[in-house]
Amino acid sequence: MLEISGLTKSFGRLPVLRGVDLTVGRGRVTAVLGPNGAGKSTLIKAVLGLTRPDAGTIRLGGVPIAGPGAAGHAHRARIGYMPQLAAFPAHLTGAELIAMLRDLRGAPAAGDDPLVEALALAPHLGKPLGTLSGGTRQKVNAVLALLFRPDLLILDEPTAGLDPVSSGVLKDRVLAERAAGCTVVVTSHVLSEVEELADDVAFLVDGRVRYAGPVEALLRETRQTRLERAVAQLMRGAPAPAAEAAA
Amino acid sequence: MTRLLGYQVRNVLRSRWLAAYALFFLLVTDALLRFGGDDGKVLLGLGNVTLLVVPLVGLVFGTTALYEARPFTELLLAQPVGRGQLFAALYGGLALPTAAAYVLGAGLPFALHGVPSGHGASLLVLLGAGALLTGVFVALAFLVALRTDDRARGLGAAVGLWLALALLYDGGVLLLLAVFGDHALERPLLAAMLANPVDLARVLLLLRFDGAALLGYTGAVFARFFGGPGALVAAALLLAWVAVPAAFGARAFRRKDF
Repeated sequence: MLEISGLTKSFGRLPVLRGVDLTVGRGRVTAVLGPNGAGKSTLIKAVLGLTRPDAGTIRLGGVPIAGPGAAGHAHRARIGYMPQLAAFPAHLTGAELIAMLRDLRGAPAAGDDPLVEALALAPHLGKPLGTLSGGTRQKVNAVLALLFRPDLLILDEPTAGLDPVSSGVLKDRVLAERAAGCTVVVTSHVLSEVEELADDVAFLVDGRVRYAGPVEALLRETRQTRLERAVAQLMRGAPAPAAEAAA
Repeated sequence: MTRLLGYQVRNVLRSRWLAAYALFFLLVTDALLRFGGDDGKVLLGLGNVTLLVVPLVGLVFGTTALYEARPFTELLLAQPVGRGQLFAALYGGLALPTAAAYVLGAGLPFALHGVPSGHGASLLVLLGAGALLTGVFVALAFLVALRTDDRARGLGAAVGLWLALALLYDGGVLLLLAVFGDHALERPLLAAMLANPVDLARVLLLLRFDGAALLGYTGAVFARFFGGPGALVAAALLLAWVAVPAAFGARAFRRKDF
């Protein structure tokens, strides 16, 4: 679904991505993990088109979206993005924001997303976004990402700021989308959440993929039972397991 | 693009600072009309306030708005919309309501008290110059904010730009005159004025007011040089001062790594 090859990016003299190769399978949830500064955000921003890579290519469903021969911006109608920070125009209401995104995407005015009801968001949609609590804004954020039934869903720390009930609702929805064939890329510092959601793990260190493959394979090869331990072992610099090809 | 612009405008129109800005000009103009003496002096006084306040507000509103909108801008950039369109919506969405707030605030008291006889055209020129200056300084603010990721530095640069263009510039010109007083300085002075949109707006006003009351030394030179069609030239140059920074801003926005 998503093929990244030879991706490099430097900010000034600081190399952030040093040749990332990664394939994200269709209908799977892939967690992008790694220590701070490993290049996770830059990688995601490159996929979203927020940052232009210096070299390398990104293909979405075989179509180049970054690098040589990259198409315009039409492919973004297939991507749903939930940023880490739910910051919206303070004086617009949630309903207006949803209408704005519908206009931007030229999407038909389908009914309300079931997530609005599941997250008990309906009573808040008429209020200015600046008056909503951080958690409620994060719920709006989740609805915006999922509203258009994307083929590729990119979630940046999706449950940060959500209460446990809402967090559960969101995770169930993500798994339902995956079952319906949606490809999901998620970053999270909560490894129990990653364990719950992810089929595959891509572990970045210093702008390179150190491990990419199924979660079970990582656990097996690091001889751990919990993802947290396995990831700690990767971070300590133990030789990377040879499962990269399994991605 | 127009729909996106509509949402941006709606968001800005509902903000309190915009209402405060309109109210400020409403009160200043009303006070000038009540206590400002003869009609020409009212317009001159309002012109002076405009030349100081509009650039400052355009720069501060512009940089602050762009920094605050940064996370939301990233969300919008991830939608199927071109960067050029998005920039136009962000810029127009701020510059248009801000210019409208100025025109409304400064213009409304004239509607209530009555436009001084014979000064209708001058008032229109003043309001037009204020609106254009808003466009200039919001564009410059966007350019600063796009070039500087650090918010404090960006705001500092914006205020520094205001100090330089609205306050220190004429002082510098006067200093040059004092030092090189015995040389022919008209051409360098003209060049100096083209390089400063505040001076251009000042020239526009000065030409209307017949150069009677000096708003600054450079303006007087310009008035003498251009004579009759000077106002058109100054207006065209002021428009260029909107278009060029906005074009550079759009270019920076299209190339930026967010």
